[in-house]
Amino acid sequence: MSKWNMIVDAAKCENCGNCYLSTVDEYTGNDHPGVAAEMPLHGHKWIEILKRERGQAPMVDVTYAPVMCNHCDDAPCMEAAENGAITKRADGIVIIDPVKSKGQRQIVDACPYGAVYWNEEKEIPQAWPFDAHLLDRGWQHPRCVQSCPTGALRAVKVDDAEMARIRREEGLEDFRPDLDTKPRVHYKNLGKYRYEFIGGTVAAARGGIEDCVEGAEVVLKYAGDELARTATDNYGDFRFDGLRADSGVYAIEVSHPDFPGASVQAELGRSTYVGTIALGG
Amino acid sequence: MKFSFVLYALLWVLRITAWRHPAFRERLKERNLTAQFLSQADGRGRWFRFQDGRIHSGTGVKDNAEVLLIFKNAHIGGRLLMPPIDHLEQIEAIKNFQLMMEGEDEDTYWFSATVMMTQHIGWKYGTPVENGETRYTSHTNGGPVFVYVKDGRIVRITPIEFDDEDPQPWEIEARGKTFRPPRRTTLAPHGQTSKSLIYSKERNLYPMKRVDFDPDGERNIQNRGVSGYERISWEEALDIVEAEIKRVNRQYGPGAIMVSRTSHHTWGNIGYYISAMNRFANILGATTTTLNPDSWEGWYWGAMHHYGHSMRNGAPEIYGLVEDCLQECEMIVYWSSDPEVTNGVYGSFEGTVRRQWAKELGIKSVHIDPYLNESAAWVGGKWFAPRPGTSPALAHAITHVWMTEDLYDKEYVAERTTGFDKWRDYILGQEDGEAKTPEWAEAETGVPAKDIRALAREWGSKKTYLAAGGMGVTLGGACRTSTGAQWARAMVCLMAMQGLGKPGVNFGNLQFGSPIDYSFYFPGYAEGGFSGDLTNSGNAISLYQRMPHLISMNPVQQTIPRLKLPEAIMDGKAEGYPIDPRFIEGQFFPVHYPSPGHSPVRMMYKYGGSYISTQPDSNRYARMYNSESLEFVVSQSIWHEGEVRFADLILPACTNFERWDIGEWASPQGYGYDWIGQLNHRVITLQHPTIEPLGESKSDFSIFLEVLKRLGHSAYYSEGMTERDWVKRMFDASDLPRHISWKKFLRKGYFVVPAEPKSNWPRTAYRWFAEGRKKDVPEPHPLPGSYGENFREGLQTQSGKIEFEAESLKRYGQDPERPPLNRYIPSWEGLGTAGLLEKYPLQLVSPHARYSFHTNGDGKDSATNDLMDHRVEIDGYYYWIARLNPEDAAARGIGENDLIKLHNDRGAVVCAAQITNRLMPGVVHCRQAAARYDPMGKPGYSVDRGGCINNLTPARSQSLKTHSAAYNACLIEVVKWNGETDLDGVTPAAQPAPAPELVPAK
Repeated sequence: MSKWNMIVDAAKCENCGNCYLSTVDEYTGNDHPGVAAEMPLHGHKWIEILKRERGQAPMVDVTYAPVMCNHCDDAPCMEAAENGAITKRADGIVIIDPVKSKGQRQIVDACPYGAVYWNEEKEIPQAWPFDAHLLDRGWQHPRCVQSCPTGALRAVKVDDAEMARIRREEGLEDFRPDLDTKPRVHYKNLGKYRYEFIGGTVAAARGGIEDCVEGAEVVLKYAGDELARTATDNYGDFRFDGLRADSGVYAIEVSHPDFPGASVQAELGRSTYVGTIALGG
Repeated sequence: MKFSFVLYALLWVLRITAWRHPAFRERLKERNLTAQFLSQADGRGRWFRFQDGRIHSGTGVKDNAEVLLIFKNAHIGGRLLMPPIDHLEQIEAIKNFQLMMEGEDEDTYWFSATVMMTQHIGWKYGTPVENGETRYTSHTNGGPVFVYVKDGRIVRITPIEFDDEDPQPWEIEARGKTFRPPRRTTLAPHGQTSKSLIYSKERNLYPMKRVDFDPDGERNIQNRGVSGYERISWEEALDIVEAEIKRVNRQYGPGAIMVSRTSHHTWGNIGYYISAMNRFANILGATTTTLNPDSWEGWYWGAMHHYGHSMRNGAPEIYGLVEDCLQECEMIVYWSSDPEVTNGVYGSFEGTVRRQWAKELGIKSVHIDPYLNESAAWVGGKWFAPRPGTSPALAHAITHVWMTEDLYDKEYVAERTTGFDKWRDYILGQEDGEAKTPEWAEAETGVPAKDIRALAREWGSKKTYLAAGGMGVTLGGACRTSTGAQWARAMVCLMAMQGLGKPGVNFGNLQFGSPIDYSFYFPGYAEGGFSGDLTNSGNAISLYQRMPHLISMNPVQQTIPRLKLPEAIMDGKAEGYPIDPRFIEGQFFPVHYPSPGHSPVRMMYKYGGSYISTQPDSNRYARMYNSESLEFVVSQSIWHEGEVRFADLILPACTNFERWDIGEWASPQGYGYDWIGQLNHRVITLQHPTIEPLGESKSDFSIFLEVLKRLGHSAYYSEGMTERDWVKRMFDASDLPRHISWKKFLRKGYFVVPAEPKSNWPRTAYRWFAEGRKKDVPEPHPLPGSYGENFREGLQTQSGKIEFEAESLKRYGQDPERPPLNRYIPSWEGLGTAGLLEKYPLQLVSPHARYSFHTNGDGKDSATNDLMDHRVEIDGYYYWIARLNPEDAAARGIGENDLIKLHNDRGAVVCAAQITNRLMPGVVHCRQAAARYDPMGKPGYSVDRGGCINNLTPARSQSLKTHSAAYNACLIEVVKWNGETDLDGVTPAAQPAPAPELVPAK
């Protein structure tokens, strides 16, 4: 039995907003019986783009992660629902019945992802239903995928074994692995979203003129142990990524055959650009 | 014989149409009148009597016919009336008084439109789809769309996914890979939010009059922008417009009426302002406003002098860039270039996939921008953050490294350029004693000298594309500041040293120059639609020949430079330099307001979008509306926002989703030559009337028609046709009929122009120049006489080469701010501006908005407002966002989402603070052109919280001998907002700050 899954590639998302806007377009002013009642124009973010900015100028990066109802196979909302208000379709899509769910605010609270919104006017919980009504009419993918210009969103309908294979092959993961709800939305390239970096620039003076040093060897140490090493690029820049926030004091040792070495220490809270390390200066 | 036969046939056409179409039967019930066809030569004819829905007819002549169609003789009558109608013959007959029409406009237009209705009433359009919905097509300013409609309401608006019969796209092979674009269109966010704009609660749905405006009594001009409105009928509204037009003309004479609009409009060749509005204004006889080359400022006024391209407003050639870049380029330098935000122009995310290909191929990127812009964040690569306005100094320092380290193409410089020795002397400091070293530039730009050297060395040793501006080939950014012309000039000089046109060396960021079919003819919006305006549009070049229609000419020769409009109205005089792209020197001719013998403006017919918020020092425009010299202001507008609230009378226009039109994606041909080159697929859409106009709103075409009916001009304006008839004429004028039938086009709604075989692809831009051959790219520029020697040999410059010392500026010799050699002149409002800097220590940059297109898409209660990087909702109000570095925020005690006041001597705006490391300290980033203008006290004199950031930007032209805005030359201070609504130091009595003194060149 093939089922719907969403694959989100954070490296491809550029925060254009089209996933949100196309979803608002689909659900405001429209009632899709059995799938979703009309969505309020403001306040609901059935699909929302989260932002993560790291570093300090001029070494800064930004990563975006669209989040939405995960259509979990172990959906906490289903457990919280009464009266059979939430069902899981054979194709994996979780539907909050717009009629049966009336008054069931606990469904909003039950979602650990915060993906369910309360419609004050209609007194119903609402979440992104994977555009099930369109898929049922033969659409190849939901609106957010259609409007995404970068391919950051990809909807695939495959059986669970095939999805497990894709997950392995593409290195997909859950957005919140700690929650273990068997989500059907899978993420790729979340490293810059989850982790921190330490970066810097290596420079040295020759004949009184300071230049960036390319090819300097930079070693990252933690508690005396080498964690990683890299070489500077033509702008003298280096960067160690994949570090945990608030993980303590790191030592950075720089060496280059033409210049005396240097080392600096950095305490990592959030991503840090240590600035210019001058060799022999 | 033929005459009487055709008329007899017409009777049966009318009767059969009535028999077949209930809507036509209803139409016939609208009026009782007699229409008489008459052959003047022999007095013969046929009459048609429309009485209570029935048609009577007979040969002969009825007295007192309400509509009289007079043909010079029966022969001419027979020829003109025999289908298919030959429009050229028809308008020639009109011009030569062989065909005349008499009668009241209401009757004559009703009759001719009724006859035309027999042609189109049977049209079936749209495609039935599942769920009882019909799928129509339309067009936004950011891409073509499918519009799904059910029961007269729009259900959804989506990009277009091509079907099996649509053609396959082009393919590019590069470095062992094959790239082809997806078979679909992309859609910009402001297009994707269209439904929320159409059904916005801020629509103007009824004609409205300012409550305290009485055209026959007290006008209360001082209350414009303050008092509210009351609903009136169309009849009352048109009565006022008619009376005011007649009064102002009789009282003041030519020039007293101004018809004025902003740069952009809703999409569609018939309804576009250059079409319907130009025809209206020309017929009316009106003062116009002349545009500055907004977003091309530095290129038009600066770059052009070094390499020509006046007909591209100073922008470079675009052809072949995608293929060449993918195949040859090693590095792209994005300089003030954020294509993921600016979406080409009208183009959406068409270049996005190509930049993904570049990444896949390992083409390196660096980014130069005071803000780590969205493209930089997404593409990745080294970021350089020069202080705003100092980019020319950075360019000079790069030049210095190239010169001193031999990192440039000496052969190219020797053979393809002039003036290099003087340029070298300037850069090396041999002329003025100051070498433009990286250390010199570091002091100016804030970019470390070592980084400048590293960039110069990499650039000088790699085949590099220079993405200058959002399109990669100009647009926005650093060209919109006081040093904009210097920057654009510097960009050309840099490329001249690296061999512009050699493989892998060109302008671009993969946004422009895709290998589509450029030769398929479909007119762009700036070809003038049905305007008949051969002077102020591209109509004369192709469209006029292909779609003969009555020309229109403006009997008023008075124009006001847009940036000086408030001064023109308030002070009664203004000077500026209009755009004339025919030749380089076209920019040296000033216009003066008022024109000789013309009346100053007394009435303003304002059309479409907003000056307030899009124009610098916007508060000036608010003050202008309170000027007693402006006796009447009527605004024809879709939404009740911003500047519209200053009108005495509001005429509600509908959106282009509610009327007929036709257009091609991203084609402003006639103004922007071959901008379709940004697309992966050329897509032409029929713009269906997807729903009825909401409320009592009407199409712009119809509103102009209603006004002109009252002046007896409706036949001239419409040629007796409705919008849908004009759409068909536009279709017939294009190459479309050779590829798709009208019947099919009506239903399907779009046509994808097939890609060409590779052998037909245009050659690469400037390759001909680099190789010393005749020009072989498909642009008919410059004009033949602009080649100094042989046709198609060399550039438009005097020398035919790239000129480091610009001969045209040397000949002009009158602008100390634009010396022939591109010397560095620091900004007149920047970190060197003593006296101002102490008070306002932060530099504000306000580039183009990401989620809205100028004011389109913003405000209006649209869905866009909820996007986290567009506006922030605080206590129920959606605030515009201002971005600050953490250091600047901390120094002012400002936290995330605090309400802050950005202010200087020109105004103050309350925004929500967003604290970000994407800026260096000392720089504030805000996007331009909020739709809301929400002064919290007297308009023009109080704090705004709508987000109208242009309240802060300077009115001064970049240089005084140009007409150019300098939005990004702006010093401000930022404080936490304490709830105050008064401006410090700006009172109703205070005069606008005088323009800074001219800075003499060294």
